[in-house]
Amino acid sequence: MSSVALEVRDLVKSFSLDGTTINAVDGVSFQVRSGEFVALVGPSGSGKTTMLSILAALLTPTDGQVLIDGQDLAQMNEKKRVKLRREKIGFTFQSNNLIPYLTARENVEFMLRLNNKLNRAGRVRSDELLARLGLADRLHNLPAQMSGGQQQRVAIARALIHNPAVVLADEPTASLDTARAFQVVETFAHLIHENGRAGIMVTHDLRMCQFVDRVLQMQDGKLVRVYESKQEIRELAQGVLKH
Amino acid sequence: MKNIFLAAYLAVKEVIRNRGRFLLVALVIALITLLVLFIAALGEGLANGNRQYVANLDAQLIVFLEKSDYSISASRLETNIIKAVRRVDGVADAGPIYTSNTEIVSLPEPLKISMLGAEAGRPGMPVIVEGRDFRGGEAREAVMDRNVALRSDIKIGDTIEIRSTQGTNDKFFELVIVGMVEGQSYFFQPTIFVPPATWEKIRPQSEAELNSDTPFPNIIAVKLTDPTQADSMSTRLVDEVANIESANLETTINNIPGYSAQQGTVQTQGVFTLLIGILVIGGFFQIQILQKVPQIGVLKAIGSSNGVVGLSAVIQIIVVTALGVGIGGGMTYLFSLGFPPTIPLVFNGTRSLIAVALLLLIGPLGGMVSIIYAVRIEPLKALRLG
Repeated sequence: MSSVALEVRDLVKSFSLDGTTINAVDGVSFQVRSGEFVALVGPSGSGKTTMLSILAALLTPTDGQVLIDGQDLAQMNEKKRVKLRREKIGFTFQSNNLIPYLTARENVEFMLRLNNKLNRAGRVRSDELLARLGLADRLHNLPAQMSGGQQQRVAIARALIHNPAVVLADEPTASLDTARAFQVVETFAHLIHENGRAGIMVTHDLRMCQFVDRVLQMQDGKLVRVYESKQEIRELAQGVLKH
Repeated sequence: MKNIFLAAYLAVKEVIRNRGRFLLVALVIALITLLVLFIAALGEGLANGNRQYVANLDAQLIVFLEKSDYSISASRLETNIIKAVRRVDGVADAGPIYTSNTEIVSLPEPLKISMLGAEAGRPGMPVIVEGRDFRGGEAREAVMDRNVALRSDIKIGDTIEIRSTQGTNDKFFELVIVGMVEGQSYFFQPTIFVPPATWEKIRPQSEAELNSDTPFPNIIAVKLTDPTQADSMSTRLVDEVANIESANLETTINNIPGYSAQQGTVQTQGVFTLLIGILVIGGFFQIQILQKVPQIGVLKAIGSSNGVVGLSAVIQIIVVTALGVGIGGGMTYLFSLGFPPTIPLVFNGTRSLIAVALLLLIGPLGGMVSIIYAVRIEPLKALRLG
């Protein structure tokens, strides 16, 4: 049985707007194990992006706990959160993912530089990872010289290279065409499983759920449903199930 | 230390990969550098042209006519004052200085010069670097400043002709150049030195002055036995010699007509150029940071500290500024080689170094706002997650 990499307990995030308190995340609890790939879905305003921001240690929860590799985010100061992001979290974003003046290889290696782990072995691993993502001939290309799909794959390599406990992806397919989107998420899922990381993907596109192990559905800040069986997830991805 | 390496890595990579853009900014800084260095050189050149002779005097004090407000042209001393000054205890030597302007007409283009009367071997007469001193009395001999030679083909041994208006007539006098001195510009003009009696004969003078053969010195250069006692000796001179006032060289220079105003103007120009530089550099880096907000957001989101982001911006600014100042310095040097001696540009080491140091500061100063902005970028907002 794999260990719990991420645990969320009774998480609440409130915002004050015109004197009214709004709970963007309202008492959510779940766990993600190492090697498990989870999709976080829900309509706009359901709280999934806020949830992802908290999991990424970019936002402090109002109440509740978020444990990454056993460390409670709520108890950390900014310096410790930066360290946690660097060491324990891998992140891919919707767009503007890469540092524009670093090549594909340099972008991936940068995570190792940040963690003071850039050595010969790290360089080899970085090249291997990029090669596995079909980018062996793009190592020296700048982001502007690559397609959106290639850039996302570089971002995936960067998110995984430093062996983080948790890998977070915010709408990784938002700027891709369907074929490339499937390809990217499939590769992502494969690497999450293979490397034994806990992966969480926020997506609007339910078709992408066919590659995940579990789907967490949020609405109005609450976790309203969890799809766990392969049958349910397949039907959700195919649009058979109404979510 | 790790942060510095990371920041330097990011900064240098960005500069190299966007070299066109950064080179453009470096060129703007280079032009500002060129302008600032030229203003500094012009300031030094103009100052030299005005004060060089006085500044290089082998004397510590200058004696003026009382109430002349330390103005050389307003001062006219009685001849017996020279002896009185020499008798004061603590005075090693004193030499009269006579000033006037005239022009050398024996050239294809007349050359305006300062004609100074001084006694050979006395304070007021510069050290001869080539040739010999003029003889005394009414010898029609002159010693020229090297600046005269640089602006004409006159050599030692040549005879020059000068024109002086005496009364209502133009009169022409010939002088043989017997020696050369160095760095003796006065009142923006190159200088020739003649004996006092000759000076009195050939200087421009009014109708009323034509009847007198006695040369009246404008000032007296006083060399002290103990140069460190200049202040007390100044007081003693005024106490012991009637109808005079005394000042050190600095006061004398500052009271040369137009000197302070001119230096103030040049310095103000320099300061404004630096301020413009700060605004230009600041504007560029601010625009650049605004364009880089999402990128900085990513850097922070993946675990780069504020220190790395801020340091990277600082290093980048320093690299670009240093490159610009280097290019500007080189351009200034190349340009300076092509300027004729008539343009008063003097690249004084201290002034140029101060200018370069200030120029190296304008980048970080100008970029200060953008650095603070970069450090304050919140990844959540930058990535539009919040």
